[in-house]
Amino acid sequence: MTAVDSGAAVVGADELLGLYEQMAVIRRTEKAAHDLFLAGLVKGTTHLAAGHEAVAVGASAALRPDDYVFATYRGHHHAMARGATPAECLAELMSKGTGLCKAKGGSMHLTKASAGMLGSYAIVGAHLPLAAGAAWSARLRGSGQVAVAFFGDGATNIGAFHEALNLSAVWALPVLFICENNLYMEYTPIGEVTAVANPAADRAPGYGIPAEVIDGNDVVVVKDAVHRAAELARSGGGPTVIEALTYRHFGHSRTDPGAYRPAEEVERWMQRDPLELARARLQVHGVPGESVTAADERAARIVAEAVAEAKAAPGPDPHDAFTDVWADGGSAWRT
Amino acid sequence: MADMITYREAVAEGLARELRRDSSVVCLGEDIGAAGGVFKTTSGLFAEFGKERVWDTPISEQAILGVAMGAAMTGMRPVAEIMFSDFFACCWDYLANEIPKMRYMTGGQVTVPLVVRTANGGGLGFGAQHSQAVENWTLAIPGLKIAAPSNPADVVGLMAAAIRSDDPVVFFEHKGLFASKGPAAPEGHVVELGKAAVAREGSDVSLVALAATVPMALAAADLLAADGISAEVIDLRCLVPLDMATVLASVGRTSRLVIVEENPFQGGWGGTVASIVADEGFELLDAPIRRVAAACVPLPFADALEQLVIPTVDGVVKAARTLVAY
Repeated sequence: MTAVDSGAAVVGADELLGLYEQMAVIRRTEKAAHDLFLAGLVKGTTHLAAGHEAVAVGASAALRPDDYVFATYRGHHHAMARGATPAECLAELMSKGTGLCKAKGGSMHLTKASAGMLGSYAIVGAHLPLAAGAAWSARLRGSGQVAVAFFGDGATNIGAFHEALNLSAVWALPVLFICENNLYMEYTPIGEVTAVANPAADRAPGYGIPAEVIDGNDVVVVKDAVHRAAELARSGGGPTVIEALTYRHFGHSRTDPGAYRPAEEVERWMQRDPLELARARLQVHGVPGESVTAADERAARIVAEAVAEAKAAPGPDPHDAFTDVWADGGSAWRT
Repeated sequence: MADMITYREAVAEGLARELRRDSSVVCLGEDIGAAGGVFKTTSGLFAEFGKERVWDTPISEQAILGVAMGAAMTGMRPVAEIMFSDFFACCWDYLANEIPKMRYMTGGQVTVPLVVRTANGGGLGFGAQHSQAVENWTLAIPGLKIAAPSNPADVVGLMAAAIRSDDPVVFFEHKGLFASKGPAAPEGHVVELGKAAVAREGSDVSLVALAATVPMALAAADLLAADGISAEVIDLRCLVPLDMATVLASVGRTSRLVIVEENPFQGGWGGTVASIVADEGFELLDAPIRRVAAACVPLPFADALEQLVIPTVDGVVKAARTLVAY
């Protein structure tokens, strides 16, 4: 890596400290989710985003509050980056009635529609056309909003990815396709199942879409790239593909230890931890170490309180098994 | 307005009425623009409403339904066309996993007010991949409303209700009915989803039908009348909501039930109707329930073969006679 600069042209010191704290909250929430899973308090599965924080936080910092975000089943970081609280996320994971989705979605479907976070999707690639549709809607309404689809490298080999890119380009939609390339399609290196080096960015030219490969662990770089792409989209310039290189700190899901990843590779990426990179930039900014420590302490407190709040929350309302199928709130399908 | 219009014209008329009254309604699909649709069911819409309301898409069924869903979640009322219902298999993820589940799994945060229109059914010799009646596919998924009109006025009225619905609606237009004519719908005509119609009153046997099997059942009722058998024909109009109250009331009057469905017998919607009648209307029955459905084979090409596979008027007449003689 080249010498660290402050990135002040993109992110000022105060903002960067705030972004750092957001990332620290996400990191600790993911760690808490992992521990709660191992303790048997989180059922089903989880796909933790520790290591991916800079993509979500950097992108959110570049977006308007009314822009739309669509995420994958590895989406806790996106929900929180858009304003979901750690408590409501953890409550959802823990099957509590106070969860984001009233415990009807779970880890893979975190959604905060009121913040423009329009869902986490567990069918790989399915949400790329949805983001295109939200962008189409924004264009039809003349709202100036953009839509963003975050997806993994594995999604670049499914049909919906290609259909979404083509249609978005043809209709010049204000949509950003942001690939979180963490090098692994679940347990398989993406390079073993993809014929090009950059699974997202190398496909974009085939659809006439501009693309950029960026350091997805550097929150400043992410914010800058997303800001430029969003401005292009808002001005009628159509979609952009951003391939953000990043790395999972945990395995693919649940208790997968990720043993298929070479130790040297893991070590190399751990040295490029997004929190470490942000700390280095803060140092160059001249932000005192005590301020960073204070941010870490606030993050720890927020997450500890969130865990306690989620643990203490009531379970789901049994009545809710039969609500929310239809817009009238109910589930009646016959007379 | 002409007094009589075709089913095909009624599709375009139904869409045009909603496009005129609500600027959030927008259509998308393959060849639906200047070409007017491969079945000419969107004829005239592009000329009247322009390319910002009527959008031609690539051959990308996943993108069509995905884009429609994303737009529906963000303030629009999209009407997506999937050219042949057989192609639902190309975008099944959206019909099975995304559109019907989004409201529920977000705890009610998201509304998906969209319509998926499609040309359904056989009888035209299009072979195994362009002739299927697949309404039962969608019935298998909680969270989708399902309309399947049998006549032009219902096309307009159900289209209005479907587009105005805040729930996702799959709207089956029957290929075999496009050329059929019926009275035009009056201005402002809306047919509430989930209200079956008594298409013909009778006292000896109930024929419960949907879409193209409604005219089939009516033709059978004519033949049965010549034998002195009085058949009541129920046009379900929708599979979800399913108007079992009307079906059970009819069986209460006739004590015999023939279900006429074009989808295959295996997994067909008639099985659901029959099970409810068997459960809740057993004491109303004087004979077993009989289902007339498509045979459980892929649809053959030749007319002579296809007619052996899909339901026919003769088959309905025979079933009704058997029950009356039971």
